[in-house]
Amino acid sequence: MTEWKNFKEGKWCSEVDVRDFIMHNYKEYTGDDSFLTKTTEKTNRVWAKCLDLLKEELKKGVLDIDVDHISGIDNYEPGYIDKDNEVIVGLQTDAPLKRIVNPYGGIRMVYASLKAYGYELNKDIDSKFNEYRKTHNQGVFDVYTDQIRKARHVGLITGLPDAYGRGRIIGDYRRVALYGIDFLMAEKKKEWDQPVACMDEDTIRLREEMSEQYRALEKIKKMALRYGYDISKPAKDAREAVQWLYFGYLAAIKENNGAAMSLGRTSTFLDIYIERDLEEGKITEQEAQELIDQFVIKLRMARHLRTPEYDELFSGDPTWVTEAIGGMTEDGKSLVTKNSFRFLHTLTNLDSAPEPNMTVLWSQNLPENFKKYCAKMSIATDSIQYENDDVMRPLYGDDYAIACCVSAMRVGRDMQFFGARCNLAKALLYAINGGIDEIKGDHVIDGFDIMKDEILDYDKVKNSYYQMLEKVASIYVDAMNIIHYMHDKYAYEASQLALHDTHIRRLMAFGVAGLSVAVDSLSAIKYAKVKPIRNEEGIAIDFEIEGDYPKYGNDDDRVDSIAVELLDKFYSELCKHPLYRQAKHTLSVLTITSNVVYGSKTGSTPDGRKAGVPFAPGANPMHERDLSGALASLNSVAKLKYKDCCQDGISNTFSIIPDALGKDDTSRVNNLVNLLDGYFVQGAHHLNVNVLTRETLIDAMNNPEKYPLLTIRVSGYAVRFNRLTRKQQEEVIARTFHGKM
Amino acid sequence: MQGSINSIETLGLLDGPGIRVVVFLNGCQLRCLYCHNPEMLNMKKNNMSVSELVSKIKRYQPYFKNNGGVTFSGGEPLLQSKFLLEVCKELKKDHIHIALDTAGVGYDYDELLDYIDLVIFDIKALEQDKYQQLVKHDIKDSLVFLDKCQKRNIPMWLRQVIVPGINDTEEYILELKEFIRKLKNIEKVELLPYHNMAISKYRKLGIPYPLENTPQMDKERCKELEQLLVK
Repeated sequence: MTEWKNFKEGKWCSEVDVRDFIMHNYKEYTGDDSFLTKTTEKTNRVWAKCLDLLKEELKKGVLDIDVDHISGIDNYEPGYIDKDNEVIVGLQTDAPLKRIVNPYGGIRMVYASLKAYGYELNKDIDSKFNEYRKTHNQGVFDVYTDQIRKARHVGLITGLPDAYGRGRIIGDYRRVALYGIDFLMAEKKKEWDQPVACMDEDTIRLREEMSEQYRALEKIKKMALRYGYDISKPAKDAREAVQWLYFGYLAAIKENNGAAMSLGRTSTFLDIYIERDLEEGKITEQEAQELIDQFVIKLRMARHLRTPEYDELFSGDPTWVTEAIGGMTEDGKSLVTKNSFRFLHTLTNLDSAPEPNMTVLWSQNLPENFKKYCAKMSIATDSIQYENDDVMRPLYGDDYAIACCVSAMRVGRDMQFFGARCNLAKALLYAINGGIDEIKGDHVIDGFDIMKDEILDYDKVKNSYYQMLEKVASIYVDAMNIIHYMHDKYAYEASQLALHDTHIRRLMAFGVAGLSVAVDSLSAIKYAKVKPIRNEEGIAIDFEIEGDYPKYGNDDDRVDSIAVELLDKFYSELCKHPLYRQAKHTLSVLTITSNVVYGSKTGSTPDGRKAGVPFAPGANPMHERDLSGALASLNSVAKLKYKDCCQDGISNTFSIIPDALGKDDTSRVNNLVNLLDGYFVQGAHHLNVNVLTRETLIDAMNNPEKYPLLTIRVSGYAVRFNRLTRKQQEEVIARTFHGKM
Repeated sequence: MQGSINSIETLGLLDGPGIRVVVFLNGCQLRCLYCHNPEMLNMKKNNMSVSELVSKIKRYQPYFKNNGGVTFSGGEPLLQSKFLLEVCKELKKDHIHIALDTAGVGYDYDELLDYIDLVIFDIKALEQDKYQQLVKHDIKDSLVFLDKCQKRNIPMWLRQVIVPGINDTEEYILELKEFIRKLKNIEKVELLPYHNMAISKYRKLGIPYPLENTPQMDKERCKELEQLLVK
């Protein structure tokens, strides 16, 4: 095949196997960043237009909404930013930043979003969805039990994808470039034609989905044709490879409004095409960078229509276009290529920005030059997150990517059933308060007595708490099984699943919030004297603490072991319940920015935290309680088990003052590299790195106009600081900043 | 054996090369006008055994890599030399790099110096009068320490806090340069601009702040003075 000229052949030639193609053809790069180039004139022109549009969007909340069409792979006319200068083309709708209406997740969410921004849905569409077409959301609520509704209402389990798209599915968009659509359709057809042994429910569902996938592929081809590209055949050069791949991703974000719509692991794949063109003299380094810059511009322009309430949970309009960069092969060679650098270099060329969500797969054995470059970019932009390839690779192989923030999955071979999180701190209060909500007063969980002890007894509380977690796990699993059954039925992501193997592994990702609050509360009850202050109904609404207690975040096994045990308990309880489509149970400790809202919905806790005060994000120790220095804080988090418990990720966000990181640029870079190595060699999973001062953030909060581009890592994603709510900004500022002056 | 530890900063990146665990020991015989750790001046009850401290430090070995390690600071670490000696013997079994952040005023430290990879020596002043005035102690002890380090060929970093009105003159810096010229094994000389961020600590401890009316040292000016040393 001429498109595959000069590529080393392998298994990938006869069956869909992108990993095999990469392993045969990629060229590891161990050099430094000196080869990188600036933006081209074309890129400058396109980006300048975008910056104007982004400014306008920021003023209005949303720039525009297409209320006359419904989401779909091929439902929109082609759109351009600056056609003559766009090297990579394709927009979700016919104009940049114009958002799509996607009612499949839930029509009510659409109404709420449109109303918030002063739009009205086209009457014709409105009636169709109201009268004739049921949505995912309606399906879920047809089945939800009273128990689930209660747990959801009080915020014991929240953020469930029962009214919006579940996301966290990554199509293997590289397949479009490597094989072209026709080959992929032929492969799907081949599998569809296989004889069926037993036409049971699973088989029927799968066959229907395969037909949906087949048609989706056809539509991707048509959509690309509107832009003048025939993607039925493989991409023949670097520009086509980027373009074909992007069409695959574009189809996904035209069709779906998932919470997180991640890109996958594309940079090293694309490097193979770029290297071939460079060697053949077809392009220059500048043109290679131009492709990546323009690709990244497109990714930065991706938008989804969401409600203001959603924005309060996850600020800054995040789309989680997560790109996983680096990592190692199973044979011990690094997957770093020049294109790994080019991707990160867009943070220099196009300024720092939250999207795409740059995720470096860190390994002890990554080339030193790459490690240093990452550290340098972290210090300069605060836009990179690090995840430990050495703990993920043994579980997910060497061709996995990250969905959303921390969720690993094998590209094209795994999908996730996303499941938000349960509030561990609230569950603890329920254990003390007999299953009654401390704020709303509702009786949520039956079978528990209100504790009447003057001083809380550790064994008694722990025992009751663990029983409570058994109940919560059971409710949580029920909710998730219902949600994903209905999502498959009413809001199936055909374009994304078309770019998966037909027989995939499904991971059902449960989550927890408020870990450090729950753990410190248990530690306080165990090591200090905690006296509940009760209201007339006997509900503990506050706590008095006498004496000190070990706090999570100080590398103190007395309390850190409570955290490990608590997660083990909850995970093992979840695992007792069978899952929809035989999914595998996974668990994450990740809140993103929702720790603020979770905190506001939770009463005072036995650790001394007052009602309404934000939780620490993810697996972070509670603010200003990790007082033994940064490494002690990191070591505490590093004890949480990834492989045996939290295979969906353990998020930790770390802020350090630049001056404390070292006296000069060179030592700052080296120190950050050593810090990352030291943290990850202990088996820790994830780290967001911010290098800035509290004073900068306070100044940015009070004078946002001075810091239009200030980007920070929050928990699992990066955000422009000025897009956070005031309360979220205050919470970020209240976090521990490491570094003695 | 037990020692008196004030606190441990697990991520020190300024007191020695690489990532350092900085152990602050209680007790100091000097009373420097600009002392920024006044809470560590008085010797307090012993609170940590050799093995406790050693195991705490070893928890951070993964971060040391090829250049980091532990730095003993304070207070004045040389007031607990015997304790530190036992600690260092244990640390050296794991080849941990050991730095000593000191003014050189202590006792019984001869054997301890055998285990020290780097001395960060705080100069204070060059003449007896000025030294006495600034730190309320005779300069002799510190010079004896310096001499012992020189004889043992221990690599050294030199530090000098620059305080407006006290030693922020070119004249003094040139004297300092001459003083350093006669020394060997000097890897680095740092001029530290005086700051008053410790005021809150003094207020909390209820003790008067000696340099109440002295402005902070201008960082840029301090850098300029540092240039004089290398020229």
